Order: sequence, then C-alpha cells, then structure tokens
Amino acid sequence: MFRMQKRGEMPKTKIVAIRILAIILALVAAAFIILLLKLNPVDVYIAMVKGAFGSVYRVKEVIIKTIPLVVTSLGIAIAFKMQFWNIGGEGQICMGAFLASYVALNYPDLPKPLLISIMILASIIGGGLWATVPAYFKAKWRTNETIITLMMNYIALKWIQYLQYGPWKDPKAMGFPKIPHFTDNAILPDLFGVHIGWVFALVLTVLIYIFLNYTKKGFEIAVLGESENTAAYAGINIKRTIITAIFLSGGLCGLTGMIQASALHNTLSVEVSGGVGFTAIITTWLSALKPFVIVIVSLLFAALVQGGSFIQTAFGIPQAAAQLLQGMILFFVLGSEFFIRYKLVWNKSFQSISKKE
Amino acid sequence: MSYIAMKGITKIFGDVVANDNINLQVEAGEIHALLGENGAGKSTLVNMLSGIYSPDSGSIFIRDQEVKLTSPRAALELGIGMIHQHFKLVEIMTAQENIMLGQKNGIFLNKKAHAAKIKALSERFQLGVDPDKKVYDMSVGEKQTLEILKVLYRGADILILDEPTAVLTPQETEKLFKIVKKMKEEGCAVIFITHKMNEVMAIADRITVLRKGKTIQTLDKTTTSPKELAELMVGHPLDLSIDRVQVPQGEVTLQVKNINAKNVEGIEVLRNISFHIRSGEILGIAGIAGSGQKELCEAIAGLFPLESGDILFNNESLVGKSPREIITCGITMSFVPEDRLGMGLVASMDIVDNMILKSYQNDKGLFIDRKKAAEKAKKIVKKLDISTPGIHHPIRQLSGGNIQKVLLGRELDSDPKLLITAYPVRGLDINVSYKIYDLINEEKEKGVAILFVGEDLDVLLELCDRIMVLCNGEVTGIIDAAKTTKDELGLMMAGEKKQYLEGTEIV
Amino acid sequence: MDATISFLAAAIVAGTPLLFATLGEIITEKVGNLNLGVEGMMLMGAIIGFKTALVTHSPIIALLTSMLAGAAGALIYAVLTVSFRANQVVTGLTLTTFGTGFAGFLGQNLVGQVVPATVKSFFRPFAFPGLSKIPVLGEIFFQQDIFVYLSYLSVFIVGVYLYKTSFGLNVRAVGENPGAADVASINTTFYKYFHILLGGALCGLGGAYLSLVYIPVWQNNVTAGRGWIAVALVIFAIWNPYKAVIGSYLFGGLDIIGFRIQDTSFPVSMYFLDMLPYIVTVVILVVISFRKSKENAPPQGLGNPYFREER
Repeated sequence: MFRMQKRGEMPKTKIVAIRILAIILALVAAAFIILLLKLNPVDVYIAMVKGAFGSVYRVKEVIIKTIPLVVTSLGIAIAFKMQFWNIGGEGQICMGAFLASYVALNYPDLPKPLLISIMILASIIGGGLWATVPAYFKAKWRTNETIITLMMNYIALKWIQYLQYGPWKDPKAMGFPKIPHFTDNAILPDLFGVHIGWVFALVLTVLIYIFLNYTKKGFEIAVLGESENTAAYAGINIKRTIITAIFLSGGLCGLTGMIQASALHNTLSVEVSGGVGFTAIITTWLSALKPFVIVIVSLLFAALVQGGSFIQTAFGIPQAAAQLLQGMILFFVLGSEFFIRYKLVWNKSFQSISKKE
Repeated sequence: MSYIAMKGITKIFGDVVANDNINLQVEAGEIHALLGENGAGKSTLVNMLSGIYSPDSGSIFIRDQEVKLTSPRAALELGIGMIHQHFKLVEIMTAQENIMLGQKNGIFLNKKAHAAKIKALSERFQLGVDPDKKVYDMSVGEKQTLEILKVLYRGADILILDEPTAVLTPQETEKLFKIVKKMKEEGCAVIFITHKMNEVMAIADRITVLRKGKTIQTLDKTTTSPKELAELMVGHPLDLSIDRVQVPQGEVTLQVKNINAKNVEGIEVLRNISFHIRSGEILGIAGIAGSGQKELCEAIAGLFPLESGDILFNNESLVGKSPREIITCGITMSFVPEDRLGMGLVASMDIVDNMILKSYQNDKGLFIDRKKAAEKAKKIVKKLDISTPGIHHPIRQLSGGNIQKVLLGRELDSDPKLLITAYPVRGLDINVSYKIYDLINEEKEKGVAILFVGEDLDVLLELCDRIMVLCNGEVTGIIDAAKTTKDELGLMMAGEKKQYLEGTEIV
Repeated sequence: MDATISFLAAAIVAGTPLLFATLGEIITEKVGNLNLGVEGMMLMGAIIGFKTALVTHSPIIALLTSMLAGAAGALIYAVLTVSFRANQVVTGLTLTTFGTGFAGFLGQNLVGQVVPATVKSFFRPFAFPGLSKIPVLGEIFFQQDIFVYLSYLSVFIVGVYLYKTSFGLNVRAVGENPGAADVASINTTFYKYFHILLGGALCGLGGAYLSLVYIPVWQNNVTAGRGWIAVALVIFAIWNPYKAVIGSYLFGGLDIIGFRIQDTSFPVSMYFLDMLPYIVTVVILVVISFRKSKENAPPQGLGNPYFREER
C-alpha cells in the first residue's frame, strides 16, 4: 500500500525533467490512438513538427498563433498571481476587440499611428472594464469570481453576435452577417513578415516580468495572493489592489482582442477570441505564472495547433486530433504536478486492519 | 493488560521529526494526561491513534492486539474517539445530522430512531445537547459537547481530547471535567492533551511528558508535583525568573477609551475596554484564548472595526486611520497565531521579501528596493541566530521557531514607539523565549510602550509592570504585576471582577 | 392557448439536456468538486451515444454507453483532482478541451448522418398513461418522449437521495467539510469518486439527449455551450435538484423563444435573450455573496482538494 507524503522543495532540473517526462508519456498514450487509425505515430509526430516549423510560412503561422496566447496568458498570470481565477479571458478579448473596432469603424480616416494608438488604448479599457466588474464584486462582497468571469464570456460573445447580426452588419455584404472591414489605417503593420503584434508580445513579456517581480504593485499582488489577512496587516489597500490588478489582467486580454481584430481578421467577428481565453488559462498554469516560460509554452501550443492542421491534410486525421492531443498532454502534466509536490512511500509493514473482537 | 500501548512510534513531516520513538501506555478507567510544550509532538501522536496520520515506524496495540489504524473509521471501530482542537463539524447541519454522519443503519434517514438514542446518551452524561440546533448557531462549549456526544454515540470507549480547554470558559471547563470523570467511572480510557499544569493536577491519574517529539517519562499524579512536571516538560531545572527592568515611565503613549466591537457574526467581542500604556511600560494581557486578545490587537492596528470608543496614540486619535497610516505612526503589531505564519508573514516568500513587507511603501517611485532589505535580513539572521540556508530561502521551509524570529526581528527592527506583541514565544523553546524577553526588555529601556499578550501567567507576572485581564471581551481588572498572584489572575480570567488599579483612569 | 402549451412542452424538450447536465454538476459540486468539464462530458456522451446508436440500433445500449462515456471523462477529472490534487478549474477546462477534441475526432466522418429509425421511434413522444389526461399540465409534461420521463425520474431519485438517505447526508458532509466527514468514518475519496462519476454519467446522458433526440443528425459541437449553461444553472438552482427543474425549463424556453419570436413584433433581440441565463447567474451569485446566508451558500469545501495529512 502506498502512502503520500509532502516533499520539501525539489531541485528545478528535476521539476523540468518530470514535466518533460509527462509530455513524453502523453505522446506515447496518444500514439495508441494514432495506431488505432492504422498510422505510424512516429511519422505523424514528425509530420507535426514539420507542419509547424518546416517552412518559413509555417513558422510565421505559428508565431501568429503564439502572439494572442502570450499576451492573454500574461494578463491571466497577473490575476492568478493574486489567486483571482480569471477565466473570463474570452469575454475580455471580445470586449477589447469591440471597443477597438468601435474606434476603427467610426474614425477610419485618422492617421495610422494615431488611430492604432487609440485603438490599443480603447481595447485595454474595454477588456479592463469588463474584468473590473467581477473584481469589484470580489472586492466588495468576496463574490466568487470563477463562475462570474466564466459567465461574462458568454455575455460578451452574445453582444458581439448581436452587433455582427444587427446594428453593425455590413449593408454592402448582401445580407451576409459580417461587420465591414477596417480601413488600412486601422490594421497593424508588419515587421519582418509578421504583424507587429509579436513585438508587443515580447515587450509586454519583459514589462510584466518586471512588474510582477520588481514593482510595489507586483509585490502587493503577490502578498494578496498569498493571504488577504497579511495584506491588510501590511497596510495594503486590498480593494484597490484587486481592482488595479484585474483591470490590468483584463486590459491585456482586451489588447489581444485588438491585435486579433486588427491584424488577423481585419474586422470584428464572433471568432475574434477563438478559444484563446481558455487556452491561455492552461498555458499560464503550465508556465507556473512565469512570463518568460509563458512565451515558450505558448509557442509550443501554437506549434501543436499548426502541426495539427498540417497532419489533417497530410494524413486525413481530423483536426480535432490536435485538440485531443492538447487535452492529453495537459492531463499528464497536471497529473505530474502531484509527483513534484508529494512522494509516494511504500509501506512495507502494511497489513489488514484488525477488527474489534 | 493495558488498554492502549504505543511502542516506538516515529513520524516525520518533510524534514521535521514530529515524533521520535515514542512509547505510551494507557489503562482502562484511567485519565491519562499528555503533557508537553507546543510542538512537543502531542497532537501528532494522538492523530496516529485516531487514524488521521499513519506512523512511519512503530506499532500500536489496542487490548494487546496489534492494530493498523489506517483511517478514523478503523480507529473508531476499535473504540477510539477523538475530540479535535479544531472541531470537525459540518456547520450548516444540525447537531443530530452531525451525529448521524457516516452511520450505517438503513438507506433512509431514520431521524426518530436516532433521536431517542441521542437523548438517552445526552441525559446519561448530562450533556444537554439540543439535537435540532444548527452548528453555526452554537457556542464553542456547545460544539465541544456535541463532539463528545458524537464519539460516545459511535460507541467509543477510548476518548482523546486535544487541548480541550483552550477555548472554554471556566464553567465550561468544569462541565467538561465532570463528563470526563463520568466516562472514567464507566470504565473508559481518556487521553487528555494539555500544557496546563493545573488541569493535569485537577483531573489526571497518570501523566506522560513529551519533549521535542520524545517520551520523557510517565508518572503517577500522586507521586509528582507541578514543579517536577514543569522541569520535565522544558528539559532542565527551571529558573523562571525574568528580570523586570526598572525604567522611569514617561508620558501616556496609548490610551484606549471605552471601545466596543462586534465580529462578523454580530457577537460582541470587545466590550467597553479602557486602559492606557505609558512609554517604558509593559502592559500584559492575560485571559483564556479567545477572550478578545486578537480583536484588541487588531483594533489598535486598524484591522478590526470599532463600534464605538476611541483609541488615542500620543493624544491623536487612531480611529478611522488606515492600517498603513497606523504603521507610519510607529505602531507595530506582531500576533503569532497557532499556525505561526498567520498574517504577519508570507510563507512562500524569502526572508528579504518578508522584511520589506511593511516598509516597501516608504520606497520612492514604482520599484522595490531589495538591497537595504537584504542587509537588514542578514543583520536579523545574525542577531537572532535564525537557522536558515540563506536569506533567499522561502520561510515556509524554516522551523516554527525560526519563522517566529523573522517576524519579531522585523517588528523590533522598525524602531516602534508602541510594540504590540501577542504570544511571541508560542512554541519556542525556553532559551529562545528568554532571548525574546530580553529583546522586549531592551525595547522597554528605549522607552517603547509595550502591550504584551501572553499565555503563561508566570511570565506575565515577572515581565510586565501591570497586567490587564480579559474575559469574554471585557476587562475584569488591571492590576500591578508585583502585587498580585496567579490565583488572583486565575479568578479574574474566570470572570471575577477586581477593582481597577488606582490611577488607571486618566482624567 | 394551444400555442402556449406547445411552446411550454417544447421548452421542456429543450430544457431536458440542461436538466441532466445540471443534475450531474449538482451531484459533483455537492461532494466539493467544481467540474468545469460539463461541456466536454456532454460531448463525449453525445458522440458515443450517437455512434452506438448507429452501430447497434439499440436505444438502450446507446443510453448506457453515453453514460459510460460521460463517466469516463469524469474519471479522468476525478483521478487528477481527487487523487492527484490538481487544480479543479484548470482540470475541468482541460476536460472540456479534451471532450471537444474527442467528439470532433470521432465525429469527423459522421457529420450529417441520421439516427437510425429504430432509435428514433423509441424516442417518439407518447401520452403517459393516466397522467397525460390531466388538463393543461398533462399536455405539457406527459406528452413527451421516454427520455424526458427518465429525467423526471432522475430528479426525483437525486432529490430523495440527497435529502432523505443517509448517503445523501454523507455526500453533503463531504462537500461541506471533508475533514468532518473523514473523522465520521466516511470514505471521502470513495464518495468523491463515485459522485463525480455519477455526475459525469448524467452529463453524458444530457449529451445523448441532444444527439439522439433533440437534434438527431450528427453535427460538430452539438452542445453549443449548453454545458456552460448547466454550470450556471447549478447556481441558479442553489444546488437544489428540484429547483434545477425550474431553471432548466426556463432556460430551455429561452433557448427556443428566439426562433418563435422572429416572426412576431417582439422588440428585444434574441441575442439579449440568449444572454439572460448568464446574466441571471451573475446576479444570483452576487446576491448570494452579499446576503451571506449560510443556508444558500455553495458547499464550503467546493474547489479545495482534501488530504488528510495536510499540515
């Protein structure tokens, strides 16, 4: 019989080794599914890697998919650091995209730098305010934020749907429910062949790293995440810290919305969030809330998706396979956390329980 | 034949050896006290007897049968019932529902059948439990009685009580003792965990003393004395004298005027409390745990809202000020709670970050300056002899005593004008405790006004200039420490009111 | 009048998948586990039920396998959160990702296929003997298919189980205070596993209702967010299976009202009606939190792992 025992701190290299082992195990488990399809798993995996990194075009696609994950994960990391379970990334992305689009559609003729700056600001405000609603309830009445942020995703999504099918519908689209394209001034420029969002992502990574580790606000967020009592004791203004941090968290998600709407879709649509808000929760968690790790994990996730769509064409494997594989890898990694925190001890002297006579 | 025998029990948590080769024997019809300081391993030991933990090595015999207690259920099947320090009750359920939990009789709930049995038991032991009362409406004493009824109902004949009196009023303690004696008459074995000598002498037949996770000795009450027990408990002959430093007292630093406060449940926790402290004076606070000590400390620090009354610091009102502003005034509060980490420290952070916890807001600009803090951390580690792998090590991994030193070190280093410290030596060994008393005296000599909340009456008597006794949120007296006795304090802790010291009320 | 009755009867049909999933999530949350994988488990139940129906032409086997599929999803969740003590929110979300992938993967080549006739006819509405003759109510509630009658029975069984049996008492104790349940000799691990799996099975049934009865043609993502509504409904129902009935039918009605009002001059956009379940949930959560009532609060232990030797 096994018994669990809490471990002391584990060396970092060993933690990394356990995580990698978990990913390998997930790939092995997934290999059985691939075998069921009568395909060679090794071929499929190699094809996935090729599909993600095999050409300049594919690498660019991966980077384009990485950008929203990084920006959103950074936002979510701020919230998680404070033990605020913001699972409302989807909604915040939508609302950020909404406000940015409002600017883009109403002031299409502003000079490009100005228009884009205003759009960025608008998206941060949109996502930030949307996130502030649950933050306010949390600060005021300790309302559980998990479900509220989740529910607000769908409210935001329905709102975008309403706009797309209603007041913002493009009259020139002959009844097709789409919102008019942005003018060129509202579209993010490219740099080295990929839209400039990648620069945003990298700069933000550094900024958020500094913010979380070297600023007073970052310190307050960490203290508050550990214990509200300690925060009060240290004289931290709890309500203000919650609201500021969550505004930032939502603001970053909102910025993702602007990047996606402007650079990727060139307009607002219900697809603007595309599940990024949810995937980012997972990438953030796997990165242990560390900004630089977020970049790596997001890149791997994007590669997985890109590789997944490649094997669909190459082997006729359903695209959903990538999602399935994502799920499996996550399950294994989540399970492996346990072995980092606990150890199992084999109880040699274990015998059956003697009953009362 | 002995009822319970634990032989060579060892239990290790992470790097801490909580129990090291412990032996314990309890007979039927016996009240057996487990005596030891906090952290001596008493709770760990009984938790293995009740199936909460399993020992890493060693064996347990019940009625001479070797047993493996792998779960509370297994323990209970052998008749072992445990009353935990923190009650294990479901708040939203009634007393009866709590009793019925986990019982196997029939698929459907048969409240009537249970009710009759509950009533019979309750009457037999004179427990007076109302079966339909919801637990969240119960007082602490009622909850404890319910816990006892719960295990009796399950047919326990070995009852383990873990520090049962810490949260009780004297009347409730009396009642508890009656129940325990009744159980003894019925032939049950009772294990009673405590660190209070008077309780041991009042109720135990035999006493096993634990120290630092080891069995020291098992003695008969009739052949021992409180002094001997105390010495066994701490490990060396006791010279319990602490010097009361004589310092000329200065101006009134803190004046508390008729403060009242209610907790979230709307229960009055501070009732019309008034006192003052002068600079260079130590005011001790005595009282049963939970008599309002925590709320009082927090109220002064601005963490607990007042209903009415005023708190003056150097003649300036603190009421309405934020905790931040109060810290800047030069008031420092360190409350060491039972789990030691509590609110003063951040467990996952290192010593440096814990140093800046209360000072970082004084840094200019957006960023945090860790350089100064690192020097301070090094200084404190050296001064208080904190054993740690380094100043950048999460404090969660330090031992309890060292964690406490980090807290006190930081608070004392901040050059306070008013030092509030509650249970600063909780769980520390004697030598470190004395070191801390010295530090407190040093502050006194500097002219700091000190509010010292303590558990040990001897310490309070020797260290403090005056002692204020709290009972149930009320002041039952403020007396000169040099002119009182433990008995007198004990009566006041139990609620007997004494005249305020002359000159206490400042006009 | 007839239009109203037919609308209400249709609301029940639309609410039935929600009802199953909500019951499942209530049971799960009652033992202290927040499983955000409802959507995933419903999809797993939907695809497996559908596929089994195609292969076996047996409605009963299809129902059983859909339950197994939902429970299998829940098993992954239970192993990770109960035994491995992983974060419940992240694990639940991952289960949704996994379940969506799973259904998409298996269903790729089934899109557009129709439920076999034998199965279809099995789930045809029929007048329940006796009860259907009750005026109005009989027409609304007892002219339904057998699956709907099964949902009535499930509500009743879950209600009695939670409130009238000793197991139900234990379930509530595990969710409120696992430490208390543990010392009361309740096997908390078993209780958690069993009820998380049971919850998953019910979610699987909810998915099967969608793919076999409600929309008997396979389409990708057949649940279309209903799993999340179920999570919301648990709060709407304040963790009470009887109140879940009201909530499910209400939200079922909202689900179909959009189609019905398109041809009237109703002034509110259907998108705002679609928002309602979510808005109502937010409002209820906020109200619960500021009233601080002990009785209508979520289970105390919800979301926290339990480990006896924690210290």
